[in-house]
Amino acid sequence: MRLITLEKRMSPIPMAGMVIPVISIALALLAGGVFLALSGKNPLEIYFTLFQSAFGSSYGFSETVVKAIPLALCALGVSLAFRVQLWNIGAEGQFYMGAMAATWVALTYPEGSRWVVLPAMFLAAAMAGGLWGLLPAIPRAFWKVNETITTLMLNYIAIFWVDFLIYGPWKDPNGYNFPLTAPFELGATLPSFGTSRVHYGLILALIAALLVYIILKYTVWGYQLKVVGESQRAAKYAGMSIVKTILLVMLISGALAGIAGMTEVAGITQRLQQGLSPGYGYSAIIIAWLARLNPWAILLVSFLFGGLLSGGFSLQSMGLPAASVYMLQGLILFFILGGEIFNSYRLKWIGGRS
Amino acid sequence: MGINDILVEMKGITKAFPGVLANDQVNLTVRAGEIHALLGENGAGKSTLMSILTGLYRYDQGELAVHGKKVNFNSPRDAIAEGIGMVHQHFKLVSTFTVTENVAMGSDSWGAILKLDQIEKKLAAFSMEYGLQIDPKAKVWQLSIGEQQRVEIVKLLFRGADILILDEPTAVLTPQEANDLYIVLRKMADEGKGVIVITHKMQEVIEHADMVTVMRGGKSVATVPKDYTDETELARLMVGRELDLVHKIETGAPGEVILQLQEITAVSDRGHKALKDVNLIVRAGEIMGIAGVAGNGQRELAEVITGLRPISAGQITINKVDMTNRQPLDIIKAGVAHIPEDRHNTGLVPNLDAYENILLKHYLDKDFRKGPFILWSALSQYTQTLINKFDIKLSVPEAPVKAMSGGNLQKLLLAREISMEPNLIIAVYPVRGLDIGAIQAVRGLLMEARREGKGVLLISEELDELFLLADRLAVLHEGELMGVLEVEKTDIEEVGLMMAGKKGVKGCA
Ligand SMILES: Nc1ncnc2c1ncn2[C@@H]1O[C@H](COP(=O)(O)OP(=O)(O)OP(=O)(O)O)[C@@H](O)[C@H]1O
Ligand SMILES: [Mg+2]
Repeated sequence: MRLITLEKRMSPIPMAGMVIPVISIALALLAGGVFLALSGKNPLEIYFTLFQSAFGSSYGFSETVVKAIPLALCALGVSLAFRVQLWNIGAEGQFYMGAMAATWVALTYPEGSRWVVLPAMFLAAAMAGGLWGLLPAIPRAFWKVNETITTLMLNYIAIFWVDFLIYGPWKDPNGYNFPLTAPFELGATLPSFGTSRVHYGLILALIAALLVYIILKYTVWGYQLKVVGESQRAAKYAGMSIVKTILLVMLISGALAGIAGMTEVAGITQRLQQGLSPGYGYSAIIIAWLARLNPWAILLVSFLFGGLLSGGFSLQSMGLPAASVYMLQGLILFFILGGEIFNSYRLKWIGGRS
Repeated sequence: MGINDILVEMKGITKAFPGVLANDQVNLTVRAGEIHALLGENGAGKSTLMSILTGLYRYDQGELAVHGKKVNFNSPRDAIAEGIGMVHQHFKLVSTFTVTENVAMGSDSWGAILKLDQIEKKLAAFSMEYGLQIDPKAKVWQLSIGEQQRVEIVKLLFRGADILILDEPTAVLTPQEANDLYIVLRKMADEGKGVIVITHKMQEVIEHADMVTVMRGGKSVATVPKDYTDETELARLMVGRELDLVHKIETGAPGEVILQLQEITAVSDRGHKALKDVNLIVRAGEIMGIAGVAGNGQRELAEVITGLRPISAGQITINKVDMTNRQPLDIIKAGVAHIPEDRHNTGLVPNLDAYENILLKHYLDKDFRKGPFILWSALSQYTQTLINKFDIKLSVPEAPVKAMSGGNLQKLLLAREISMEPNLIIAVYPVRGLDIGAIQAVRGLLMEARREGKGVLLISEELDELFLLADRLAVLHEGELMGVLEVEKTDIEEVGLMMAGKKGVKGCA
């Protein structure tokens, strides 16, 4: 006996773009709340603290923005790939390669002026990240090798490669044997706004969002992405090159994540160190989905997720592991993916089978 | 259910979509034992009306009674429970499953999966009863279109449907298959089922239907017993004016060779040879017709010429330039327009709007771009011109084209291809699904293209059409060219024989 069934909807829910993410977040908070309650905490209190420390003070707010910058850049990158149905989950590795390349420039030209070194770091990071995106794109484009697995694998290679560098050849001789490089000279650091830690990477993220928006809405290339994403057969029929599109999209997607890596080393840590990213590249996947690949929404959602990360640290003082934040993120993703189905189906109460 | 009982009664059914009144006070009565034809121009509202009957849409106003019970279905499931079943134009079969497995899935109860051998027995019974021959163990991809359609029908019978709806069922069938289909439908009607057939082919209506309902502009304009009407009256009812059904036969003045295929061999998706040593020439100012039963290499032929399918041997020359295995873009740039068989996912992108679909062949065009940017205003103006010129009916151009009626979708595609000023047009079943008015228009356009000195390769399954339009005819059979004939010097009989595999005497031109 079945009481509830799914029926195909002819027209999607109006405002589905807003409704589903909001409900998903609410459900995730609810499910997370149950979990917190079971472990003997008061969920309301914890959510309040989380919110308070993420958005309630100017320090918390600026920390939230600091986290939102790499999140937004990585999410913009993966959103481009997702648009053409390339499941690039390698932003994390592309981020690390970008950070690594930027660091190489910083360490190689310690005497250079900011005006030369920073642009060079930017370019190197974009190229390294882009290359890391391109690498899995090649087998995908020519032999249809599933990019989900290859991009994921390349994450580990990038992270271990950076580990190798900071434990070995690039280790700071004055660093008491910690896995990190020497601090950058002034010329290799991104300036910040006032006394806060919010650095000029913010401007890069805003420009990137604007560029993505313009590309998608007004350019021929953005149109081609749309067609390839909708129907590869139609794209071929129209004379578009699927191979070229895949290669280019993955290159740009990786470059954006690489730039995120550069802003993080040049703006925040000012050196390459272990655990540089608390999983920005993975959170970016959730952000892109939640924002339905819309660049402006990505900025907004990155800000919220930045709050989740920055507020998350305060949870430790309440006796919760910082990882609880990732549980919440996971729950949000779970509910959006689950919610997708209601975009094309609706629940129907049939009250037993006839 | 006795013969002549009313199965379906629709009264004053009204359904509006944003910007269009798709059904406006429609009346339709279907009785047990009859084949009821639903006629109407493209966009007249036929599919919408049937979607209401099958529970895909809810009606805004009016009354619908099925088996004497008033209903307004919430979902297809409700309609199925009332014995209503529909065969859509695009079959919904899983191609890697066997016939039996597909029927089991269609029966919508999981228990059925476990009783495959019982289903097989029942299938055999249906085959006997209605003459619906299908091998229950065959995989769907191995079946011809006609056989796949039979599987769809069996699925409905299996669910116990007694009201059967078929949306343009013969559009994809050979004449022989169409005849067989009507024999099956007649048997089902004789058993007391009600059969509704949407069609654009008037001859079919006259030959096989009992009742005809004609729709025009969302209204039902007449319901007549077929014995009291004829093709001319039906055409007039459909279009709302006298239609000039005679065609002025004109012939081309062939000029230079535009397309030359030499010893072309190509492989199909399934891996067997779809084209074998094909030699063909199309000249400027002529229509070269390709006759043959669907599935004999026509689609592959079009794909090979347009660069969508590589060839394993041979040479393709367009305008004296070697174009063997070149990219589709090169072929487009060489001035080749292509009206593909699959308009829904190849020729058009269903989720994009009308502007974006027009852009599909113009995104490199200087008129519509400035550097990397699209000139949206120029594009929307151009699209609007095409919509007016080709009389394309749509709610708003900003809506995804998947909401357009089947015929108007085809018109949009045709408008784009013909207006891109090609010098060669590859047209694959270009009038499939079009109403008579639109068919006239398309044929007119192809003849105009010929007059302007363009070369046309017309792939069609309708011999009447080929004889009407083409200057020369090539016949394809199992991927081989049986011969090339001058239309003036041949007849339907000779072509029919060649379609069945008899080689022409005249050899290849
Ligand atoms: N889902 C929809 N949203 C908006 N408009 C629609 C939708 N479905 C149909 N229409 C519009 O309703 C009208 C009737 O369409 P319908 O598909 O019923 O025509 P039809 O008689 O089946 O035509 P054809 O012979 O071309 O298939 C058309 O103008 C079409 O654009
Ligand atoms: Mg229709």
